[in-house]
Amino acid sequence: MGPLANRTWIHAWLFLSPAMILLIAFTHYPAAVTLFHSFFSTPRGKRPAKFVGLENYETLLADTTFWKVLGNNLWYALGTIPASVAIAILMALWVDSKLKGRGFVRMAYFTPTVLPLIAVANIWMFFYTPGFGLIDQITGFFGFSQHNWLGDPSTALNAVIVVAVWKEAGFFMIFYLAALQTIPVSLREAAAIEGAGRWYFFRRVTFPLLMPTTLFVSVNAVINSFRLVDHIFVMTEGGPDNASSLLLFYIYETSFRFWDTAYASTLTVALLLLLFAVAIGQFLLLDKRVHYR
Amino acid sequence: MSGITVSGLSKRWGDSYAVRDVSFSVEPGSFAVLLGPSGCGKSTLLRLISGLESASAGSIEIGGRDVTARPPAERDLAMVFQSYALFPHLSVAENILFGLKVRKVPRTDQTERLARVADLLGLSELLDRRPSQLSGGQQQRVALGRAIIAEKPICLMDEPLSNLDAKLRHEMRVEIRALQRKLGMTMLYVTHDQAEAMGMADRIILLKDGTIEQNATPVETYGRPATSFAGRFIGTPPMNVLALTWEYGGVRIKGTNTALLNGIPKSDLTAGLRPEDIVLDEASVHRAEVETIEYLGADTLIDCRLGSERLTVRTRGADGLSPGAEIGLTWPRAAIHLFDVGSGHRRDDLLTGAEG
Repeated sequence: MGPLANRTWIHAWLFLSPAMILLIAFTHYPAAVTLFHSFFSTPRGKRPAKFVGLENYETLLADTTFWKVLGNNLWYALGTIPASVAIAILMALWVDSKLKGRGFVRMAYFTPTVLPLIAVANIWMFFYTPGFGLIDQITGFFGFSQHNWLGDPSTALNAVIVVAVWKEAGFFMIFYLAALQTIPVSLREAAAIEGAGRWYFFRRVTFPLLMPTTLFVSVNAVINSFRLVDHIFVMTEGGPDNASSLLLFYIYETSFRFWDTAYASTLTVALLLLLFAVAIGQFLLLDKRVHYR
Repeated sequence: MSGITVSGLSKRWGDSYAVRDVSFSVEPGSFAVLLGPSGCGKSTLLRLISGLESASAGSIEIGGRDVTARPPAERDLAMVFQSYALFPHLSVAENILFGLKVRKVPRTDQTERLARVADLLGLSELLDRRPSQLSGGQQQRVALGRAIIAEKPICLMDEPLSNLDAKLRHEMRVEIRALQRKLGMTMLYVTHDQAEAMGMADRIILLKDGTIEQNATPVETYGRPATSFAGRFIGTPPMNVLALTWEYGGVRIKGTNTALLNGIPKSDLTAGLRPEDIVLDEASVHRAEVETIEYLGADTLIDCRLGSERLTVRTRGADGLSPGAEIGLTWPRAAIHLFDVGSGHRRDDLLTGAEG
């Protein structure tokens, strides 16, 4: 290798290093350490951590709260992902058309994304408040009795799902809007000449051409459904009786409320494996049906 | 079979007219070309006829039926777009069949028509490909296929060949024309390329600034251009349009002292002379100075100065000429076209009494 080639290599590594150092320090190293800790017991006082093998994983499999929280999380994902993607497409189609005050509507739809989730949760707390909250005031007007949306185990999780959909749909809309604008107008015109109606055109042309976006958005939505738990802290704290607790929230509680760091590491590894499997599955499943231009 | 009749058609955006009070008709089964420079309104006119734009005034009749307020699908026409507008995620076969599927034509009928069209356009081997796997010429054929499989009596084309290279463009020109004759379609074709228009059209509708400049056969458009604009737009290199002066009782090319024509009443005129009508003649009284010589193989373009006017001569055998040389030019009496300076209109009436 000549001195010039050497210089090229040095430059390449210099350019790579800032991002690499950050990634290793804050992503890869903690992940590896977490995996390491999951095979040890939690150090307490004078008792240092000692290697316990798969004991933590056995605890995990026998932990009914873990299974309940996992079930909650799957229901939460099922509730938020299709709904937020469908609403995002509808909103994008709507604000992509020629309409008066389009800029304002786009901004209005995007606002929930800009707001911090904690603030959003506070707004929705007001909506859900029993008795004088917005929802109870409206239903009360029609003669329904008041309802504690967040305090009832049967509605708490669904109430939290609605907030997540409200928050995420606007964000996904931006991706769909960008994708819609890359579809040439002449396709719509060619279809119009052939007599294709709006629904037919959407089904046969627009939706298939949006598939790359749908793949991207749904991968993000899955990750978000395991990642976004800020509103749980504000609205329900996982309650009542873990009815609205999600996996990440359970990890947080285990780790920073009960200080069982080893078990929290084990839960984290489970979460990572789950996300990993889901993302790969999505790519394999959808990749065949996605047309990239 | 149906033709197209357009009367008093206008399209306005705010205060500016894209198309202004245009009337013409296209005979059933004929090939008409809308020709003009960019921004002349030819594409807008085509989109008005297709129904993709709505008219501000006037009416459009297709096959004797007023379709001015009808949506595109009810106008009984097919259209080929400049960008081809192929659906990138569908195969060639699905692209061609798109319209038939929309209209729920029976499956057996679809297969039969697809086979026929694919055979006609040489696409049979490519039916499973995606548009992105095809060359520009093949994509063009798919777009054509989608237009003709509908078996509509009218086909509109918006600069369909402008994305192809010169050689392919010529081949497709011949092919489209042959296809139109074979299928007996009424074709309305938009282009800015005068050679395309001359080679394909039964009638050329020449547009400028949203109005019709001339509507005639290619032979007439070339031989008797209605305006100086028409003269310059048709033919390469364009017609020489020379400023004239009146001195010593005759009309002269500005800056020269030999008469061009005698006995013409004094008015503001220009004279049009096609480069290919001008002949080199050492004995001629019209003396010009050579400025540049462009050798093109089959013939040579000589740019020269005649009086104060510049003109181009297209000739064969300009050997031995070099810039700065003096040459004599002559032309047949019938090659002179007179145009009014103000309106640009042709003034044949002045020629009848004049002497060469």
